[in-house]
Amino acid sequence: MKAVLTVIGQDKIGIIYNVTSVLAEYDINILDINQTIMQDIFTMIMIVDTSKAPVSFEEIQKKLSEKGEELDLSIRIQHEGIFNAMSEL
Amino acid sequence: MINLDNVMKTLHMFDKQKLDVRTITMGISLLDCAHSNGEIARQRMYDKITKKAANLVSTGEAIEREYGIPIIHKRISVTPMAIAAAASTDDDYVKFAEMMDRAALNTGVNFIGGFSALVHKGFAKGDEILIRSIPEALKATERVCASVNVGSTRSGINMDAVKLMGETIVKTAQLTADQDSIGCAKLVVFANAVEDNPFMAGAFHGVGEPDTVINVGVSGPGVVKVALESCKGKPFDVVAETIKKAAFKVTRMGMLVASEASRRLNMPFGIVDLSLAPTPAVGDSIARVLEEIGLESCGAPGTTAALAMLNDAVKKGGVMASSHVGGLSGAFIPVSEDEGMIAAVRNGSISIEKLEAMTCVCSVGLDMIAVPGDTSAATISGIIADESAIGVINNKTTAVRIIPVIGKNIGDAVELGGLLGTAPVMPVSKFKCEDFVARGGRIPAPIHSMKN
Repeated sequence: MKAVLTVIGQDKIGIIYNVTSVLAEYDINILDINQTIMQDIFTMIMIVDTSKAPVSFEEIQKKLSEKGEELDLSIRIQHEGIFNAMSEL
Repeated sequence: MINLDNVMKTLHMFDKQKLDVRTITMGISLLDCAHSNGEIARQRMYDKITKKAANLVSTGEAIEREYGIPIIHKRISVTPMAIAAAASTDDDYVKFAEMMDRAALNTGVNFIGGFSALVHKGFAKGDEILIRSIPEALKATERVCASVNVGSTRSGINMDAVKLMGETIVKTAQLTADQDSIGCAKLVVFANAVEDNPFMAGAFHGVGEPDTVINVGVSGPGVVKVALESCKGKPFDVVAETIKKAAFKVTRMGMLVASEASRRLNMPFGIVDLSLAPTPAVGDSIARVLEEIGLESCGAPGTTAALAMLNDAVKKGGVMASSHVGGLSGAFIPVSEDEGMIAAVRNGSISIEKLEAMTCVCSVGLDMIAVPGDTSAATISGIIADESAIGVINNKTTAVRIIPVIGKNIGDAVELGGLLGTAPVMPVSKFKCEDFVARGGRIPAPIHSMKN
C-alpha cells in the first residue's frame, strides 16, 4: 500500500538519515521525497510503498512514532487515500 | 500528485481545526426478530445486533489508525422498537431497552438508537406501549436513545402524540432527576424524521432500509470557521463559495471512511450525512462560524440569514463529494453541545424564540436546550407543536430535544458530561397553552402535501 509519511519539527542534523534507516529496516520503498523548511520548521513528506514490509502497518506506525519521540519530532504515516480524497477530484 | 502544501493543509485540519468523522453508524433491521414471546424476541434481537456489529468498533478504529482520521463515535441504530416488539404480548417495553443497552455494551458502541415509534398519523399497537415505557427505559439504561415522530408533511401533526410526548418528557426528567434529568438528553421528538440518520439521539433504522447498512456522519465546523477567517469583509458570494469548498473536502473524507467501512464490514453503504455537528470543544462551534460571518454574538439580527446561507452552502459543497447523501444533512444548532451557543445564552443574545426561528432554515430543531424544572408538560407540548408545524409546513425535518431540569432554574447550568456538554437553563414563555394542547386530534396535512 502507498502511504504518506510526514515529519515535522525543529531542524537538526540527521533527520532524514534516522527516518530512512527505519524505512530500510522494514523494506519500505521511498517513491517520492519533498522537504523544505517552513517558518524555521523542518517539514518533510515522503510517499512510500509498504507492500513489502514484513510487519503490520500498525507496527510501522508504532516504530516511527517512537523514533519521532526519540528525535523530538512529529512523525506520522497514513494511508495516501485521505490526501487524495481531500485534495483531488 | 500529492503535494506538500495539500498534505500540510489536511494535517492542519485534523490537528488544529478539529476535523473528524463524527460517527459511523451501523443500521440493523430487527424485523426478522419479532416473536410473540418477548423473551425469545429479545434474545433474537440481542444475537442479531451483537453478531452484525461484532467488528464495528474494531473496524472503525483500524480505519482511524491507518488513515489518521479521528472517528469519534461508532454507533448502532435499529428498527423502531415499537414495530419490532409489537408482535410480542408484553405490555411494557423496558426490557427491550435493557436488551439494547446490553447489546451496545457488548459491541462497545457508546449509543444505540431506535427505541422509537412513528406515530405521525396515529398509534399502532406497539407505539403507545413504547412511548409509555420511555421514561423508565431511559432511567434504566445508559446507552439507549429514544425518538418519536409525531408529524409529517404527508399526514399532518398527531396532537394526541404531541400531548403525550410533553408528559413523557416531564416524566423522564423526574425519573432521572438525580442525574440532572439526563434522560431527556436521549429523547427526541421529530416531525418528518428520516430513516437513515446516523446521528444520536434521533437515529433509527427505517423499515425501507436494507437488512444492515453503514451510514456516516461528518463534522467540521472548525474547518469552515478557519476557511472563513480568510475572507473577512468580503461579499456573501465569496463566503458561500468558501463554505462550499470546505464542505466538499469534509464530505470527501466522510465518503472515504464510509466506503472503507462498508467494504471491510461487508455491508452496503447507505449515505453520508453532510451535517456540520459541533462539540463543546473550543474551535468546534457553529455559533462561532455564524459570528465569523459578521455577528457580534450568535442570535444577533442577521443570525437566521447567516445560518440559512451556511446550511445551503454546506449542502451544495457536500453533495458532489458523496455518491449518496442523506440523513439530516445541514448545520446542527444544539445549545449545550456548542461552546459558542452556550456563551450566547449566557450573554443574553439568544433565546428559545430565536432558536425556533433558526430551525426554519437548518437541520434540525430545538436541540439540547435546558429549561426550568417546573416547566409544565403542556408548555413542552406547545413547543413541540410549534416546532413540528415548522417542519410539516416547510417540508423539512424538525425536532425537539428539551430538558426540563428538575430542581434547576434560569441562570443555573447543568453539566451533562462529555459531548452532551453544559446546558445553561433558558427561560420559556410563562403564558399557558393548556387548552390548545388538550384538544388532541390531528392537525391536517398541509395543502402542498398533495403532490400526486
